[in-house]
Amino acid sequence: MKKNLKFIQGNEACVEGALYAGLDFFAGYPITPSTEIAEMLSIRLPQMGGKFLQMEDEIASMCAIIGASLTGHKVMTATSGPGFSLKQEALGYAIMTEIPCVIVNVQRGGPSTGNPTHVSQGDVNQSRWGTHGDHAIIVLTASNHPDVFAITVEAFNMAETYRTPVILLFDEVIGHMRERLVIPQKGEIPLVQRLKTEVKRDVDYHPYLPREDGRLPMSDFGGIHRYNVTGLFHDMWGFPTDNPQVVHGLLRHLVDKINNNVHQIARWKEYFLEDAATILISYGSSARSSLHLVKERRARGEQLGLIELQTLWPFPYGMIRQKCENARTIVVVEMNMGQITHEVKLAVHDPGKVFLANRIDGELITPDDIKKIIRLIQGKGV
Amino acid sequence: MEKCRIIFSGSGGQGIITAAVILAEAAVLYEDMMAVQSQAYGPQARGGVSRSDVIISDSTIDFPKVIQPNVLICLTQAAYNAYSPLIRPGGLLLSDEKFVNTDRKADARQIRLPMYATVMETIKKPVVFNICVLGALISLTKLVKPESIMNVLETRIPQELLKMNNEALDLGIKMGTTCFRS
Repeated sequence: MKKNLKFIQGNEACVEGALYAGLDFFAGYPITPSTEIAEMLSIRLPQMGGKFLQMEDEIASMCAIIGASLTGHKVMTATSGPGFSLKQEALGYAIMTEIPCVIVNVQRGGPSTGNPTHVSQGDVNQSRWGTHGDHAIIVLTASNHPDVFAITVEAFNMAETYRTPVILLFDEVIGHMRERLVIPQKGEIPLVQRLKTEVKRDVDYHPYLPREDGRLPMSDFGGIHRYNVTGLFHDMWGFPTDNPQVVHGLLRHLVDKINNNVHQIARWKEYFLEDAATILISYGSSARSSLHLVKERRARGEQLGLIELQTLWPFPYGMIRQKCENARTIVVVEMNMGQITHEVKLAVHDPGKVFLANRIDGELITPDDIKKIIRLIQGKGV
Repeated sequence: MEKCRIIFSGSGGQGIITAAVILAEAAVLYEDMMAVQSQAYGPQARGGVSRSDVIISDSTIDFPKVIQPNVLICLTQAAYNAYSPLIRPGGLLLSDEKFVNTDRKADARQIRLPMYATVMETIKKPVVFNICVLGALISLTKLVKPESIMNVLETRIPQELLKMNNEALDLGIKMGTTCFRS
């Protein structure tokens, strides 16, 4: 048996990735279909000197990881739709106060308590705009266990690099299914550690004064520096202000630090795009159905290609525009009412050639479902 | 190996999901194959028709669910009634004499074995019924070696229960071999 070879659920692959990245504090409130993440970490974290807290609810869980991150820990929480709704207020606080943290949402059917044990991809826009006010956010996803592992490590790296919450948007199929994972050796994937201030004790430390490269060195809260943290617009000391210049500067900084780095943050995979007349765009478990179909139809001479998105937000408009330039038809395969379809229409020159292939009944969309929809779009009948 | 698509079906508590996980894990960890296992969650896990899908292949598996199984295992009448129409023509339908009447015409090789009765007669513990089913399955399909199943069991169950599980596995293998020859 190969070393580090596992046969595990996607939720466990996420746990392995998080521990690899250095997670040492988790607070959560278990909810289907994300429960295995909390369950595994309640065993693994104490074994390695980390902390696992089961909180009274999702709001408290989100607040707990924010506090722990401020004191220097790498933190995560995990939930599903209803819990993700509850986390939105504190998520906005983490965005405003620039706290590195990772929030996993293993999507199930919604709205409300919805369809707990079944798959959906209905939280794509909630992950973008669920919390109020103008802001930017990083949302990542994956469709197989090696990718779930790698993208979880990336989530921690991006959270530290950009001092921001990062959302991992998985789905029930990926979270629950078991498949092969070889855990990379230590050092195989580079890790980004907390950027700490070099300002000495008793010297004025400015927690919210960006360096020239836009990054803000942190000081462990409760350590050698005293500073203020608030959800109000704040100055470089962290104290509340309504000075228009400062308010403007902070909001621009929060949005620009992510949106100006789309090229760094965008992750995607592409299959058979060279001569593709029809390009499928998908992500998460529906990308597996799409890839199955693309391989099957390629073998029969159909010019089908696939772009699998791993970064959903900030949306890679430029990449989509360029890759889809020569395609006659673009079919977005997703299990919602067209949340990414909308963005693809904004990205391409001719939105009229963008179509949605979806399924919203709690079942994983099948290659056959997609094939029939494509044939209808092409005017060939089922 | 060509792709093998298997549906395990029965009722909650028969251990079919555990059996599915053990088979897939044996293929991945000890036989260097690819496998994906998934299962129906919810009320099925607490009685009613329960189902788990396994795909085993020597190459990447994209779509993870089974639509048309080559191998279908039915351990209750309700499961047989629900899933027997799905089987791929020429596939293998394995069921147990005590629980299933194979009264439907299926374009498949229907094999009905006295697995439960034999386990109760010889080992007298219903808990290893699922391992006996796995034994019959691997002797009929040669999907994985018995040692690979035992390797998985060694990591999953207490030492003192290994012997009983090994017996159940052997019982199943023997039953499968007998009907393979006939």
